[in-house]
Amino acid sequence: MRYLPHSPQDIQHMLQTIGVPDVEHLFRSIPRDQRTERPDDSPGLPECQLRRYLEGLAARNKNFCVSLASAGAPFHAVPKAVETIVGRSEFQTAYTPYQPEVSQGTLQAVFEFQTIVSELMGLDVSNASLYDGASAVGEALLLALRVHKGKRPVVWVSEGLHPHAKEVVRTMLHAFGDVTIQWLPLDPGTGATVLPGAVTADVAAVAVGYPNFLGVIEDIAAVSAAARSAGALSIVSVPDPANLGVLASPGALGADIAVGEGMGLAGTAGMGGPGLGLMAVRDEYVKQMPGRIVGQTVESRGGVGYVLTLATREQHIRREKATSNICSNQALVALAFTVHLSLLGPSGLRDLATLSRNRAMALRRGLLGIPGVRPLVTGPVMNEFALVFPRDAAGLRAHLADNGIFFGVPLARFCPERPEWREAILLAATETACPDDIAHTILLVKDFYREGK
Amino acid sequence: MSTQIHTGLLHREPPIFELSSPGRTGHALPPSEPLDDEGLPAAFLRQGAPLLPELSEVEVVRHFVRLSQWNHCIETGMYPLGSCTMKYNPKINDAMSALAGFTATHPLQEDEHLQGSLELMFQLEGLLCRVSGFHSVTLQPSAGANGEFTGLALIKKAIDVRGEGARRRKVLIPDTAHGTNPASVVLNGFEPVSIVTGPEGVLLPEAVRPHLDDELAAIMVTNPNTLGIFESHLKEIAELVHGAGGYVYMDGANFNAIMGKVRPADLGVDTMHFNLHKTFSTPHGGGGPGAGPVGCTAELAPYLPVPRVLRTNEGSYRLITELPNTIGRVHPYFGNFAILVRAFTYMLENGGAGLSRVTEMAVLNANYVRALLKDTLAVSVDVDTLHEVVFTDRDLKKETHVTTMDVAKRLLDFGFHPPTVYFPLIVPGAFMVEPTETESRVELENFVETVKAIVEEARTDPEKVTSAPHRTGVGRLDETTAARKRILRWTPAKP
Ligand SMILES: Cc1ncc(COP(=O)(O)O)c(C=O)c1O
Repeated sequence: MRYLPHSPQDIQHMLQTIGVPDVEHLFRSIPRDQRTERPDDSPGLPECQLRRYLEGLAARNKNFCVSLASAGAPFHAVPKAVETIVGRSEFQTAYTPYQPEVSQGTLQAVFEFQTIVSELMGLDVSNASLYDGASAVGEALLLALRVHKGKRPVVWVSEGLHPHAKEVVRTMLHAFGDVTIQWLPLDPGTGATVLPGAVTADVAAVAVGYPNFLGVIEDIAAVSAAARSAGALSIVSVPDPANLGVLASPGALGADIAVGEGMGLAGTAGMGGPGLGLMAVRDEYVKQMPGRIVGQTVESRGGVGYVLTLATREQHIRREKATSNICSNQALVALAFTVHLSLLGPSGLRDLATLSRNRAMALRRGLLGIPGVRPLVTGPVMNEFALVFPRDAAGLRAHLADNGIFFGVPLARFCPERPEWREAILLAATETACPDDIAHTILLVKDFYREGK
Repeated sequence: MSTQIHTGLLHREPPIFELSSPGRTGHALPPSEPLDDEGLPAAFLRQGAPLLPELSEVEVVRHFVRLSQWNHCIETGMYPLGSCTMKYNPKINDAMSALAGFTATHPLQEDEHLQGSLELMFQLEGLLCRVSGFHSVTLQPSAGANGEFTGLALIKKAIDVRGEGARRRKVLIPDTAHGTNPASVVLNGFEPVSIVTGPEGVLLPEAVRPHLDDELAAIMVTNPNTLGIFESHLKEIAELVHGAGGYVYMDGANFNAIMGKVRPADLGVDTMHFNLHKTFSTPHGGGGPGAGPVGCTAELAPYLPVPRVLRTNEGSYRLITELPNTIGRVHPYFGNFAILVRAFTYMLENGGAGLSRVTEMAVLNANYVRALLKDTLAVSVDVDTLHEVVFTDRDLKKETHVTTMDVAKRLLDFGFHPPTVYFPLIVPGAFMVEPTETESRVELENFVETVKAIVEEARTDPEKVTSAPHRTGVGRLDETTAARKRILRWTPAKP
C-alpha cells in the first residue's frame, strides 16, 4: 500500500522493540468476543481503475453549458489563481492553528477573511466561519436567545428564507428546545415578509433573508427598526454576499447579526458544498459568537502576530457552557473566499454584482415579453426572480435542458401543494452568463410556447 | 512604503490591505457596465465601497504564497496530534473531488441529472456501514461535532416517539471526553452528567450503575477513549444502558484504531459519527472543512436526516425528502460533498483489507513511540494502548519545572508539530501522541530522539526550553493581550 512506509524489516524491528511477537498482539486489550468475526478482506483498486470508476460517476451527472439557477447555490466565475492558492499543501494539509508559531499563514489569512466579511456585512466583528448559510441562521438565533438569557423564548423567522435553511433552523431549534418559532408569511403580492404587527416583548430576534428566497429585496431597515424598537435582535441572512457589491450592507440598514453563504464566491457551490457559513455581529455580541475567532497580538520578539482568541466561548474550554459545539469549521473555503475577494477588489466586486444583476434583468425582461409569462411577485429584485409560465413549466425546463440550459429551479419542488407555485420557476443569472446565452434562452422559451409543445 | 524584514526566504508579509494601491485589480470579468437599476430603490444601494484591497493577480498570489510558507503542514512534516489523526492526504482524492462532473453540478438539478453523485453517496454510505456494522449512514453532517448533534438528535427523537421526552434528559459523559460532546448534548436540550473513568483508564460498569433510571437518555463514549485505551466494558455498559431504556452514542474520532478489528454496532452502540477528515484521509484545510457522517441501528434509521438516497429496482438512484419521522435537515444540500468524494476514493483504494492494515500500522506506530519514550516521559496510565499514547509532565515538572507546553514549543525548533497538549483534561500536563500509520520508522525515531534531547535539555539548560521556540518565524504569541485588546479585523491607520 503506497501510503504505508513500513518495510517488513521495519515491522519486525518495531515489534521486537515493543516486545510483542506479532501485530495481532497489539490488539489484545480488545476482548475476543468483541472482535469482528470475519473482517472485510476485499482488495483495493489500483489508481487506473479508481480513476475510471470515479470519472464514470462524474460523467453521469449532467453538466449544463448555461446555468440560470441560484436558489442558494450561486455559481460565480472564480479565477484559477484561487484554486492554486487553496491547493497549496501548506494551506490544504495544515491542522487547525492551535500552535500559532507554526500557523501564522492560516491565522493571518483568517484575520484578513474576518476583515473582509465585516466590511461586506457592515458590522464590527466576523468569526472564522461556520458550516453553511443555513446553520449560520440557526446559530444566529441561538445567539439571540443567549443574549436574552432565556427571557425571550420566541423567535420570528421569515417564511422567505430558503426552504432548506428553514428546515435546518427547525431541526436546530427543535432540538435545543423551549423555543417557539413564529413563521412570518410573505405578502402574496409583493413577496416581502409581513410582520404580524409590532414585535412583542417575548421575541428574541427577527430573521429575514436579503434578498429572500423569491429574490425579493426585503426592507431590512424597516424590519430591523421594528425588531430593535422592541429590544429584539435583527438577523439578516445573505444567500449570496456577491450582491453586497451593489446592495447596502445589512449593518448599514440596522442589522445586529448578519449571516450568509459564501460558497458561490469561494467556488465550491458544486453539489452544494463545502459551504461557507458567514457570521458578523455588532461588537457588543462578540462574546456570544459561536466558532473560532482570530485576533492580532504581539510575539515575544516584538513583532505582530495572530492567534485564536476569545476561546472561553468555545467547547474545548467551556464544554457544556460553550456558545456552540462547532470545532472544525470551513477554513479552506474561507481562504478561497478571501483570495477571490482580494483579486476582485472593490471595483471588481461591484462589477461582478452589476453584471449578475444586468444579465438577470435582461433575462427577466425578455421572458416577460412572452405572452402569458408573468412575475410571481412584484417586489424589487436583484439577480434572482420567480416567474409564472403559462403552462407546462416542467416541459419547458426539460426542453431547455435538452439544449444545455439549466433553466432555474421549479418552485413546485419545494411546496407541491401551493397552486400559485405550480408553474413557477425561480431563475437567476450571474456574471457567468453571456448576453448571447440570455438571448438564446429567451428565443427557446418563445419557440416552446409558439409551437405549443 | 513599509520596510519589510525577511528571515531568509520567510517573508514578513503585512496584512493584504496594506499592500493595496488604487486602480489595480486582479480579476478578468467582462467589461464594466452601468448598473441596470430599474425598480431598485436607491435606499437599497450600497453607499461607498467595502474596504477590499486593490491588487493585481501577481501581488495577490505572492501574498498568499508567502503566508502559506509560515505554516507547518502534513506535507512538510509529522503531526503527532492525539485525537486528530493527521495522516497523509492522498493526491488522487483531490483529483477525483475536482472532476467537473461534481464541481459544476447544481445541487438542485433533477435526480436523473445527479445520478453519479447519488450513486457515490449511496456507495459511500454502504462502505461506512460495512466497516462499522451499522444499518444506515447519513453523510449530511459537516464535521464531527455536527455528527454528534445529529446522532444525539436521533436518540432524542426515539425517546420523544416513546413519549418519554420530558423525563429522559440525562446524558452520561466520561471525564476524558472531548469538549464537543457536552456542548452537543446541550444543543439537543439534554443535560450532560460527567462520570469518572476508572483507575485503569477505562469506564467501569460501576460508574454507570447509579445513573440507570428513567431519566437516562444516553451515554456518550469515545472508543478507544482519548487515552488511546479500548473501552473493554462498553459492551456490558451498553447492555445496562439499554436495559434502563437509554441509548449508546459512540464518538468515532478514534476509529483509525479499530478498523477491521471491531465493529461498533457489535458492541451495542446505537449511533456514532465518523470523522472523514481524520480516519479517511481528507485534508484538515487549516481547520476545515471536514465531514462527520453518522451511522445508526435499524431502530434509529427512520429518524435520520433528509435527504436520503435510495436505489430503485431499476438500479437508478432517487432522493427521498419526505420521511414521517425524520429529525429534518441538518444541511441545506448534501453535506461537504467534495470531502465525501475524497473519503470514498480513499476507501475504494484501500478496500477492506487495506483499511485493516491501516489500523494495524497506526497501532504499531503508536506503540513503537510508546516503547521508545516510556523511560523518558511518564505514561499517563500503564495499560495497553492502541493508536495513541498519552504521557504526562508530572515527573518532568517536579524535577525541572519544565512543562508540557515548554516541551511542545521547543519541538517547533526541530521542525515537529507538537502533540496535542493538556487534553484529556484528567491527565495533568497531558502530552498526547498519535503518529498515524503514514509515518515511517525513521521519522518516528527522529521524533523520539528530539523529545529525549529536549527532556535532557530541561535538566541542563531549562531556560532554553521554557523560552522556546527560538527558530520559528515568530516567537511565543501573547494570548492574554490578544483577548484583552481584541483586535479582530484590520483597520486603516488614522492619518
Ligand atoms: C474525540 C473528538 N470528538 C469530536 C471531535 C470534533 O470533531 P470536529 O472537529 O470534526 O467537529 C474531535 C476533534 O478534534 C475529537 O478529537
